[in-house]
Amino acid sequence: MNELFDGYPRGQAAYDEMVGERGVRPALRSVADELDRLGLDEIRARAEYLRSAYLDQGVTFDIGGEERPFPIDIVPRVMQADEFAHIEAGSRQRVRAMEAFLDDIYTEGRCFREGVIPRHVVASSPHFHRVVAGLTTANGVRIHVAGIDLIRGDDGVHRVLEDNVRSPSGVSYVMTNRRAINSALPEVAGKHRIRGVEDYPSELLKALRAAAPSGVGDPTVVVLTPGVYNSAYFEHALLARMMGVELVEGRDLVAHGGRVSLRTTRGLRPVHVVYRRIDDEFLDPAVFRADSLLGCAGLINAARTGNVTIANAVGNGVADDKLVYTYLPALMRFYLGEEPILAQVDTWRLEEPTAREEVLDRLHELVVKPVDGSGGKGIVIGPRASEEELEKLRRQILKDARGWIAQPVIQLSTVPTMIDGHLRPRHVDLRPFIVNGGAEGIFVLPGGLTRVALPEGELIVNSSQGGGSKDTWVMADSRALHHPSQVQAPQRPSSVPLSNQIIDRVIRHQHEQQQQARPGEAPC
Amino acid sequence: MLSRIADALFWIGRYLERAEDTCRIVEVHLHQSLDDPTLDEVQAANDLLLLMGLPAEDKPDVLARLCYDETSPISFLSALGHAREAARRARETVSTEVWESINTTWLAVRGGRLSRMRPASMFKFVRERCAVIAGLADGTMSHDEGWLFLTLGRSIERIDMTARLLSTPSVAGNSPRAWGHVLSGCGAHHAFVQRYGALASDRDAAEFLLLDRLFPRSLIYTLNSAVLALGQLGPSNLRIRPDDAALRLLGSARATLEYLPPDEILRDLPREMAKLQLVCSEATQAISVRFFEGSAAAEWVGGEW
Repeated sequence: MNELFDGYPRGQAAYDEMVGERGVRPALRSVADELDRLGLDEIRARAEYLRSAYLDQGVTFDIGGEERPFPIDIVPRVMQADEFAHIEAGSRQRVRAMEAFLDDIYTEGRCFREGVIPRHVVASSPHFHRVVAGLTTANGVRIHVAGIDLIRGDDGVHRVLEDNVRSPSGVSYVMTNRRAINSALPEVAGKHRIRGVEDYPSELLKALRAAAPSGVGDPTVVVLTPGVYNSAYFEHALLARMMGVELVEGRDLVAHGGRVSLRTTRGLRPVHVVYRRIDDEFLDPAVFRADSLLGCAGLINAARTGNVTIANAVGNGVADDKLVYTYLPALMRFYLGEEPILAQVDTWRLEEPTAREEVLDRLHELVVKPVDGSGGKGIVIGPRASEEELEKLRRQILKDARGWIAQPVIQLSTVPTMIDGHLRPRHVDLRPFIVNGGAEGIFVLPGGLTRVALPEGELIVNSSQGGGSKDTWVMADSRALHHPSQVQAPQRPSSVPLSNQIIDRVIRHQHEQQQQARPGEAPC
Repeated sequence: MLSRIADALFWIGRYLERAEDTCRIVEVHLHQSLDDPTLDEVQAANDLLLLMGLPAEDKPDVLARLCYDETSPISFLSALGHAREAARRARETVSTEVWESINTTWLAVRGGRLSRMRPASMFKFVRERCAVIAGLADGTMSHDEGWLFLTLGRSIERIDMTARLLSTPSVAGNSPRAWGHVLSGCGAHHAFVQRYGALASDRDAAEFLLLDRLFPRSLIYTLNSAVLALGQLGPSNLRIRPDDAALRLLGSARATLEYLPPDEILRDLPREMAKLQLVCSEATQAISVRFFEGSAAAEWVGGEW
């Protein structure tokens, strides 16, 4: 039995991924045993080390302009190979469906004619941009990077909570978490076959290069950041560094004659792919917000001319609109002819009068969210809200029904987390990252970002709301255990012994003799 | 400059670089074993000992042998001890700041203090201390003959140790990230990705670490600085060829590397690297004979007095 988990609560309402009613789940026993072998005191010390390592490395994010270390928990979240294979297949399917949907609404609009989704749902989305209608990319990809938020209810089933296909963030923490946990828990990590996450930058670069305008042999890729004040600046810098590409701000770019270039010490250098981490509205002051200082005027025009690819594409926000989300299973059947692999959360469309009436009656027991919110902003959790909050929400819904959706309260699954020196269940979600390289295939990063809500019972995991994160381990399939070194016998090294300074032993010996001899001798 | 002092400075350079590079080699080894739980740990540890020129053992303890075992000839603790001993002999020549920082480092690591640190912190500590000392030596000593000997020692040791590190990927079997670890071990990951992008191959990595002229830990860069230091140290025959044996050895090793056909870089790398280690050892002998001869010859104080 594991001492570490002795006092850990069992059989609670929420599904715990590590400890079931009868103790540690069998599949996770070896991880738990290794942790147990270290003992609670040692794990506390490791957790402390982890915190200081993150501070030293500058792994931070910004809340309201203040740079804070990103909290990382010492206990990893573990997923089995088959469990993740399901998520992987489901994520790929979702990305394919959303690609087809975006391509359709910005070109033909078949889904409207066939009545799969009402035109007004799309047209009224704040992220639907008519300016990019008809604009396609060289390899047809619009969602170069997607993050799909998954939660696990008390039945243990993974459900999609929302999609992020504009510029999902958090992948940098997946990479830094792994590095940090590897050095904090080498005994545990070294004993298990965990699928690596180091390939993300090269997969992303591959996908971005594949998206370059046709005819460009060696495309120049840049990462466009809003600058050091952005909450995800750390991630932008990390990705640019790991891909070996330039990290640029809007003022470093100049658009001229339907092309985009970089201002460098050696003159202008053409850019072919812009991986932008700036919202649509700020991207191009010539088309969107004229007061934007973050973007580059003429970027959209250059994209339309086909000389530069913007990744992710402009106007993607329609696909991750939370109202469109409710139509996604139907869209998957329509475009792919497939049943959805991943389940979704039941959602009420507040535009529909009957649904709205039901929701307004039950506001105190539901979760109500703005359709285009991110970072947990604007979410009202019925059971926790005061009467005034609910009343305000009611007025907002009646005024703008398109702007809101309602979902039942879901008890997110829990994972043991180090809180004040003890392991306690805390709620988690999961954001797997998907990179779409078009013909190169769709890559799903093994694992993804596990966010954990640190306050007890808290269900909102966003880092901007005081959430932390965990390293996410996806165990490799045991069938893939054959190690290539068994095929090819490794060579034994041949080397020369280290050379050393020849030290004058005789002299030292005589010095010592001299010093020992002196006291007895008469002074001369 | 006194031969004895030159000898001491040369070995300060070597031992400090050895401490730092041993650190890097052990880190690479640990990362590689983290990657691969199926690895035969005893075999891998013995390969590492072999790489550093020690015989295999039944129960090899890499951390003790290479890091904090005072009696082990290849531990970086003993390298730091030797460096401090050499600095003590040349105290009037090394700058006060260099001496103090060497001494501080020694006091912080001796007596089992290293073994009480977490490995990751220990590596970071030793690497950073070595960098501080090297930086102080460059920044506070006149770049005269003495400094040249220090630089020469540092360069030769760096060639030797980098050559050892570069032969690890072919020993690690076909671990997919072996070259990535070596790059990080040389502190070159960032520089490499900036130059080659994230889609580079193993061959690119080998090419970078062997032949990049701008990266200060690449073999070619280090060979260049050793050759440069040697050239500045002695009057040499400029008409026909350098008359200095060490210079000839290093120069021809550099030419061999530099004019290697691109496709042959990865072929039989361990053998090439072993040759390079031999060159370092022979060059050290030649340098001793030419510059330090007499400093180690103890006969003259022997006998009656």
